[in-house]
Amino acid sequence: MDKSATYNDKVVRQFSIMVVIWGIVGMLVGVIIAAQLIWPALNFDLPFLTYARLRPLHTNAVIFAFGGSALFATSYYVVQRTCHVRLAFDKLAAFTFWGWQLVILLAAITLPLGITQSKEYAELEWPIDLLIAVVWVSYAIVFFGTIAKRRIKHIYVANWFYGAFIITVAVLHIFNNLAVPVSLTKSYSIYTGVVDGMMQWWYGHNAVGFFLTAGFLGMMYYFVPKQAGRPVYSYRLSVVHFWSLIAVYMWAGPHHLHYTSLPDWAQTLGMVFSVVLLAPSWGGMINGIMTLSGAWHKLRSDPILKFMIVSLSFYGMSTFEGPMMSIKTVNALSHYTDWTIGHVHSGALGWVAMMTIGTMYCLIPRLYNKEAMYSTKLIDVHFWTSTIGVVLYAVALWVAGITQGLMWRAVNADGTLTYSFVESLKATYPYYGLRLIGGLLFFSGMFIMAYNVWKTISDKKPVPVAVLEPA
Amino acid sequence: MDINLVRGILTAVIFIAFIGIWAWAWSARRRKDFDASAALPLEEDSFVNHERENI
Repeated sequence: MDKSATYNDKVVRQFSIMVVIWGIVGMLVGVIIAAQLIWPALNFDLPFLTYARLRPLHTNAVIFAFGGSALFATSYYVVQRTCHVRLAFDKLAAFTFWGWQLVILLAAITLPLGITQSKEYAELEWPIDLLIAVVWVSYAIVFFGTIAKRRIKHIYVANWFYGAFIITVAVLHIFNNLAVPVSLTKSYSIYTGVVDGMMQWWYGHNAVGFFLTAGFLGMMYYFVPKQAGRPVYSYRLSVVHFWSLIAVYMWAGPHHLHYTSLPDWAQTLGMVFSVVLLAPSWGGMINGIMTLSGAWHKLRSDPILKFMIVSLSFYGMSTFEGPMMSIKTVNALSHYTDWTIGHVHSGALGWVAMMTIGTMYCLIPRLYNKEAMYSTKLIDVHFWTSTIGVVLYAVALWVAGITQGLMWRAVNADGTLTYSFVESLKATYPYYGLRLIGGLLFFSGMFIMAYNVWKTISDKKPVPVAVLEPA
Repeated sequence: MDINLVRGILTAVIFIAFIGIWAWAWSARRRKDFDASAALPLEEDSFVNHERENI
């Protein structure tokens, strides 16, 4: 069969398998550092096992290795299926896979060695940053090259979200990482002082907004309708959702810098845009959930849909929580406490990971010419371990964070602090235990997934899939 | 021209563009195209369908 008459699913399969593997690795590191917060001796006095070095390894692994692989896999799948055309540039697509894996490998070596730019979520040093830029531009060429040769006139909404994610992440990555190298493993940022802070959080918040939100909304707009067997609730709403979300997200970063030396007007601007973000976020959440209207009974029998709908519910919760926390008076209580970490994980585990897991259960059988996953029962077990895990995690850190915030701000009648820092740390301990249990539950679910995926794909050689004719 | 006047005009232009996107998305002429697009995720791969016939 002519190659151009089939889809390029090889690269999709490669990235999909790595989603499971990097999910296990990234969450394992997360569980280790959660345990270190309770038992600091678990770093064994070895520099490369200290919390400070493992924490960036955890965030990079779950965001860029686990989440990134899921975005590569699904965007390559969706753009081919919705454009009725084979992926552009086979070799370049293969390069994005191997290049991205090399980036992850380099991160896994350099971060434990303490080689870092000290910018949150942008820790990797300049040679790796250059490699990321090359891989990312290749990704853009493959993705937009496929869009350019599409045989369907209209570009499906999921592709708009994926496209915005690809372009924006390129811009964010390149500008935030501009630096002067002094050796192979050390560089200095070209930004200084408060400008550095502003650049960092322009990058940091839009990494949330475009990497962890727009990209996964693209996934949602294709795989929720697919799994539900119904078109998206309102296509018109999805168009307004797209333009309003990408227009507003870009300005929300300063809420990470409340009550710092950032000018007050910039803080207020960040706060206002963050609050406005509630509208497009909930528009998208409602659009996703309402796709099931008239088919709610499917939730009873389909754990994949349960993953997706609970994921959207967490998206709704964390995009309500986020704007609330960005209000300065709330932020005065929540900032620098574990509430922030709880918020991040209700988004990262609840929304991003659960949408990814549901999508992989929908996608992987299709990539291997199978009717369904090996065991639906195991998907259900995975669903409950994940859901209970993330609820325990989020609740534990809400309580911990609010406790810390209230203790830090408590003052006696004479103006002295009521509590020392160590007292607040002591009060936090039980919640760190609860958080570790939640994290362990979520982590254990990934092994159930790995087993289920293995049983689904191990006995069968994948068959090429024919490209659909233009509609 | 005063910078604040430029800012004011820009705000108005963006606001009108936002209304414009709503009007465009909700216009009746879009409905047919949008319905066709919304159906795209529901298409199944040809090999998967072939397999199903044999089951």
